[in-house]
Amino acid sequence: MRDSFFAKNPSVLIFLTLLALFTLAVTLLGEAHGTGAISTSFVKTLGKTLCLCLVAIAMDLVWGYTGILSLGHFAFFGLGGYMIGMWLMYARTELIVAESLAQAEIPPTPDEIRDAIATQIFGVVGGSEFPAVWAFAHSLPIQLALVVLVPGALALVFGWLAFRSRVTGVYLSILTQAMTLALALYLFQNDSGLRGNNGLSGLQNIPGAGDIPQSIISIRFFWASAAALAAGYLLAAFMVSGKFGSVIRGIRDDEARVRFLGYSVEGYKLFVFTLTAVIAGVAGALYYPQAGIINPAEVAPIASIYLAVWVAIGGRGRLYGAVIGAALVSLLSTWFTGGQAPALPLGFYTVDWVDWWQVLLGLGFVLVTLFAPSGIGGLFDLVAGRRHPDRHGADLGPDKGSFREREAEQ
Amino acid sequence: MRILLASVYLFLLIAGPAAAQDNPIQQVLQENRDLLEESSRRTIGPAIDAISDSGLPQAQAVLEKWQAKELWQREADGLFFFAEDIGSDTYRLIDIATGAPVGSYDEDDLDQLKPNSGIRGMIGAALVRFQLMDPDPAKRADALDAISRDAEASHLDALRGSIADETDPGLKARKARLERILTIAYDPDPAARIAAIQSFKGDLGVDARAALNPLVATTRAAVTDAPPEDENIARLLRPGSDALSEVEAYALLVDAGLAPPRLSLDDQRAALAAHIENGRVGGVPVDRLDTVAARDRAYSALADAGTVPAAATEAEVAQALSSHVFYERYAETDPAVTEAANAALGAIAFKVGLNQGADLALDALSLASIYFLAAIGLAITFGVMGVINMAHGEFIMMGAYTGYVVQQVVPNYTASILIALPLAFVLTFAAGVAMERLVIRWLYNRPLETLLATFGISIALQQLAKNIFGTQARPLTSPDWLDGALVFNDVVSISYIRIAIFVLALAFLALFLFIMRRTRLGLEVRAVTQNPRMAASMGINPDRINMLTFGLGSGIAGVAGVAIGLYAKVTSELGQDYIVQSFMTVVVGGVGNIWGTLLGATLIGSLQKGIEWLNPSNTLAAQTYMILFIILFIQFRPRGIIALRGRAAGD
Amino acid sequence: MTSLLEVSGVSVSFDGFNAINNLSFEIGPAELRAIIGPNGAGKTTFMDIVTGKTRPDEGHVLWGGMNKSLLKMNESQIAREGVGRKFQRPTVFEDQSVFDNLMMALKKNRAPWSVLFYRQSAADRARVAELAEEIGLSDQLHRKSGELSHGQKQWLEIGMLLAQEPKLLLVDEPAAGMTLAEREHTTDLLKEAAKTRAVVVVEHDMEFVRRLGCKVTVLHEGAVLAEGSIDHVTQNRQVIDVYLGR
Repeated sequence: MRDSFFAKNPSVLIFLTLLALFTLAVTLLGEAHGTGAISTSFVKTLGKTLCLCLVAIAMDLVWGYTGILSLGHFAFFGLGGYMIGMWLMYARTELIVAESLAQAEIPPTPDEIRDAIATQIFGVVGGSEFPAVWAFAHSLPIQLALVVLVPGALALVFGWLAFRSRVTGVYLSILTQAMTLALALYLFQNDSGLRGNNGLSGLQNIPGAGDIPQSIISIRFFWASAAALAAGYLLAAFMVSGKFGSVIRGIRDDEARVRFLGYSVEGYKLFVFTLTAVIAGVAGALYYPQAGIINPAEVAPIASIYLAVWVAIGGRGRLYGAVIGAALVSLLSTWFTGGQAPALPLGFYTVDWVDWWQVLLGLGFVLVTLFAPSGIGGLFDLVAGRRHPDRHGADLGPDKGSFREREAEQ
Repeated sequence: MRILLASVYLFLLIAGPAAAQDNPIQQVLQENRDLLEESSRRTIGPAIDAISDSGLPQAQAVLEKWQAKELWQREADGLFFFAEDIGSDTYRLIDIATGAPVGSYDEDDLDQLKPNSGIRGMIGAALVRFQLMDPDPAKRADALDAISRDAEASHLDALRGSIADETDPGLKARKARLERILTIAYDPDPAARIAAIQSFKGDLGVDARAALNPLVATTRAAVTDAPPEDENIARLLRPGSDALSEVEAYALLVDAGLAPPRLSLDDQRAALAAHIENGRVGGVPVDRLDTVAARDRAYSALADAGTVPAAATEAEVAQALSSHVFYERYAETDPAVTEAANAALGAIAFKVGLNQGADLALDALSLASIYFLAAIGLAITFGVMGVINMAHGEFIMMGAYTGYVVQQVVPNYTASILIALPLAFVLTFAAGVAMERLVIRWLYNRPLETLLATFGISIALQQLAKNIFGTQARPLTSPDWLDGALVFNDVVSISYIRIAIFVLALAFLALFLFIMRRTRLGLEVRAVTQNPRMAASMGINPDRINMLTFGLGSGIAGVAGVAIGLYAKVTSELGQDYIVQSFMTVVVGGVGNIWGTLLGATLIGSLQKGIEWLNPSNTLAAQTYMILFIILFIQFRPRGIIALRGRAAGD
Repeated sequence: MTSLLEVSGVSVSFDGFNAINNLSFEIGPAELRAIIGPNGAGKTTFMDIVTGKTRPDEGHVLWGGMNKSLLKMNESQIAREGVGRKFQRPTVFEDQSVFDNLMMALKKNRAPWSVLFYRQSAADRARVAELAEEIGLSDQLHRKSGELSHGQKQWLEIGMLLAQEPKLLLVDEPAAGMTLAEREHTTDLLKEAAKTRAVVVVEHDMEFVRRLGCKVTVLHEGAVLAEGSIDHVTQNRQVIDVYLGR
């Protein structure tokens, strides 16, 4: 009965196998190493989707397992993107500037190079000097560390404040939403030091890899994203499968009881909140080089709510549900809003999906919440023959984030 | 015909000088005939004065016509006339005194007086005096406007002369004020100027500050020893202080020709580039010139060789700075005047500060009433019922679009607003009831799911609005009587729309209190929210109450939407802009208490305005800091300003 | 004998209502005690204060031989000090198995990091099995606790309390909603537990209290009205007045 981790969690092995097969298939069909049946831009879309799946796993940990409906995890995702974006933009501009200054009669001094980079980057917001936040932008190792540290530190401080004063339920959701809004508004300012609403751009051009075609870069990023997703999934599965998982699920359903068992509920919440913020930051750092551009709109509160929507549609409290929800909804969104979906003629009106997809998504989401709380993941229960406990509609705990009858398995 | 013309001509020729005899205005003109004919700016003054001082009723008309180049001289006898062009180079002359036509003349027989622009200006100044005494008050007001727009020294006397005879008290006050302002600028007597300056102590008028500020304007200067005696010195400056950095001080010396310019990095690079010889500059290889030290070495080598001018060294700069005196001087030379002006401006600044505080308070109040209006519906659905409705903002948006659609049908703005307010209520009430029946009632006690489900509705409604009305902003125009602003003084004012929103917010507060405290519905709502099971056992139908309450909250959001639409632009994202602030307002105020919501709105409104005042250029930063403040505030008062304590609050 | 828990002069009020009024109470290290009192006597508030859920307005709550103040600690710290609490309604983690519930309660390091890397040892599993045996849920170990009957949940909760190995057990109306047979089992469990630790039982049901056969404290309007054996307090004039009304 107490066998290996994988024997206890067969879904992890299934998931990793499927992910590996998927990665192999995309590699074989991609332009870089395969037949070219999948275009480079679609490889990028798939790579980005894997990153979204990773942040969805983080969201599932914090909401599905711990019961904290955070409306701020996409902000952490965006912060991760900004951190790597700063280095990408700095290093690439440095190459361009060095090249152009090399033409000059007198070789440039380091200060001149730095000034020229600053003018190049901040010209759009009327600046010509590096703000303090760019102090480490020249160093890849430091910015990579910041990908983890900045979202982590923000989550740690915010979480400490919020959990310490026992803000729970919707209040916490509103508070996290306020934090996200504050961050987005801050980034929108031109003097935030991060180019205001222009954001950071040209991130798809990897410094020093000018000779490598985008098809190869994109498949490398796809692999990296798949590896990160696999690692994230393993980590999350490891966390939720043992006693730690028991404790956080206890917090979700009845945090007062966990407290009276002697567990420091605040400490656990802070741990999960911060760790998932770090995962989100890593996912963002992999996402934005594939997207090529990051701007404050990406951080806006609505993005974080969408994240919760993905997890809910996939089925919260099961890791594969979060992955399915994120992948399905984001790919469908791309398909519909990209104009690829065929319009639906109704005779008197033609439904153009670019305009109507959001309506469909919104209503679809209401229906899932009302009629299928266990989401798409619930379909696997049908296949596996698992049933919900019959609790006459009662929830599994007194807390606002607790499982509903139909979310639980018998 | 020709004979007839000639005879008339002859007659007039004889009658001409005779006409001048009993025609005083013509007499004045004839007395100054030489000056008028010379028409030179330097000499024309006495002629203008003679005309305007003549006291004759035609003087003003003569000056006006002259200025408009419509005064003509008959070559034959030198008499002056007004003239009308009647075509084919023929003019009809009009007698100045009587206004009677004198006959028609060919252009060749006439001379047009053509004052140049300088003379026209002088005539204009002389005319001001007539305009200031014009029988029509509107013209007098125009003249005052013209003077205050573009004052000249010559206006001062005219203005002074017109005050005593002014009959209109309002205009008289304006004239007296303007006289004092002109006195400050143009009176030759320092005592009179100082008196006028002192009379403006604590005056809030922009014109007073505009008159005083030039008096205290300063320029910086540098001299070798002591500042000249005849200059009005504001203060001495020390290089390297906050008032004058060393770089600025040295630039002053360079401008005054007291020191050689410093070598900028760009100049240095250009100089080096110009002297590359065999890949070396001043003995330093070019590819080594990528540090400041190497470039300095190369440049001084060049300077030693005499190919480039020596750059000022740090020591020389310091020496130059220490050997000169830097000071600020007033453009106004009279120290007594500048002193009085500084004192008056100080008093004004203090009073302006007080009034700006009052204005800020009004601003904050009106922002608070907008937040309150946006949040009051939420205070019902979220505060009283505990239902979190993310589509609340979209109900506000629906209300605003209702106002827009009604205006398309009913063109009268007042009528359309009066129709739109109840219609918006009905529509959003219906939408709220539908939403409660279809979605929310299945999710009571599941606030997080409610949040997400209503968010789904929110994005669907937003996209629907976008599909129907497009993405561009739609106008919702306020009626005329809401245009303009209530002006207290030059600093404090508030627009009528904001007053209307404030009144509406108060009305809603009263309505809310009335419904909750004085009606059966309110009683039942309180019963259901406090103890649904008990309420149900007493014959109250909680389903019905929940439905009505939610509808009420949504309906109020709709009405608020009409009001907000008048003030902000109507787009499909209108609601989104308010939703987070609205929730903050309710949470900060204390859930379940309308006074808390009021306090919350006041706090958030004043806070935002206060932060904006500290950093006026950046409203985004104000919002950021406000939200951070709220997050911190909730740390210390997790249940809001007005917290329900103890067991009643529940957990 | 030094006391394990000493509550002295504690008062607390909610919006002017004095829920606890200058209450003093003491219990030794291995003692079974019943607290009775009419509705609103402050029984639950008393437990809230001891477990850190409610902060009193004044008074002291001292703990153990070292006389540590419990007022400076939060709920989880107090629980780690060795105060276990059983709520009126059975509160177990219904989405988790009986085994997981007991495992979570087992006395171990509670810090997140060590919990994350915790691996079950054979001894731990044996201990859980032993506890399950004690509370009569051996064959239910891998069922979800949400599916247990009301009485079984009560026992599971008591089992979780025992797994915590507390020095003081606070039990709120353990017999509510139980069948007669279940009550007997519960009585045995509590009596057994009280041999090695202090147990405080808050109960309405006089019959159940009588069966416990221990010292009884009667609370009324937030203060101790009477204390002694069940026969002693039931003959107390004031207690009769309070329970039956004047």
